[in-house]
Amino acid sequence: MLTCKDFLGWLNDYLDQTADAETRQQVQEHITNCPNCWVVYNTTKKTVEVYKGMEAQPVPETLRKKLTELIQARCGKKG
Amino acid sequence: MAASESLTPALPDEELVTRSKAGDGDAFNELIRRHDRKILRLARHITGNEEDAEDVLQESFLNAFTHIDRFEGNSKFYTWLVRIAVNQALMKLRKRKSDRTVSLDEPVQGETEDLVREIAVWEETPESNYSQEEMRRILDDAIETLEPIYRTVFVLRDVEDLSTEETAAALDLSIPAVKSRLLRARLQLREKLTQFFRRKGDNVFAYL
Repeated sequence: MLTCKDFLGWLNDYLDQTADAETRQQVQEHITNCPNCWVVYNTTKKTVEVYKGMEAQPVPETLRKKLTELIQARCGKKG
Repeated sequence: MAASESLTPALPDEELVTRSKAGDGDAFNELIRRHDRKILRLARHITGNEEDAEDVLQESFLNAFTHIDRFEGNSKFYTWLVRIAVNQALMKLRKRKSDRTVSLDEPVQGETEDLVREIAVWEETPESNYSQEEMRRILDDAIETLEPIYRTVFVLRDVEDLSTEETAAALDLSIPAVKSRLLRARLQLREKLTQFFRRKGDNVFAYL
């Protein structure tokens, strides 16, 4: 049986699906029986999901243009 | 510029790198178009300062172009670029906080379980209660509160989606160091976000 401390140690491997089958099984059992750790598991999983779901915003056009021109200048071409 | 846009989009990064090595600025500009959003986001997250982030974006791409011959293709171009950008961003951060050194390899302190305080169920889809803009602000502000050693690892792993190995290589950290920092980062963010995303009307004691 995993303790809550053990569970926390395995949480990332469990979320990232890098834990081996036996560990996965033990974590699963633990969170089924321990409501607090289930909440920690579920909210940490959602934390990662909300960040992964965010799109990067476009780069301001003036900034991109400036950069493109600097590259062209380094190539010895006109921008 | 319009002409190059139609010539290059279908080419893989590797081909654009080869052309850039031969001095083809249009090819490199296509690499900029592909990756600049993510590099700017990364720079914003690490420096926490818009002006610095824009400098980092510019310096990173100029640096990459100047040293493109050093890129040997052992990793993806994007990963190599991230490495450059992280270094530039950390330099900026160190300059801003000259009173306090910013070190990524100091040992993590305290027990991990002390980072878990709030036990509250979240809304099923917390993002549906906020506009995109509000959501972005909540998430960005939460990252800002983390120490550089945690936020840098979190941003590379969970925002930019680099592997543990790529993150370790980019930051010159060991794999266990990346893992322990990532766990702490995730738990601290979970704690911050619980204030916003906890299910309304819930009572903490219901889950004890």
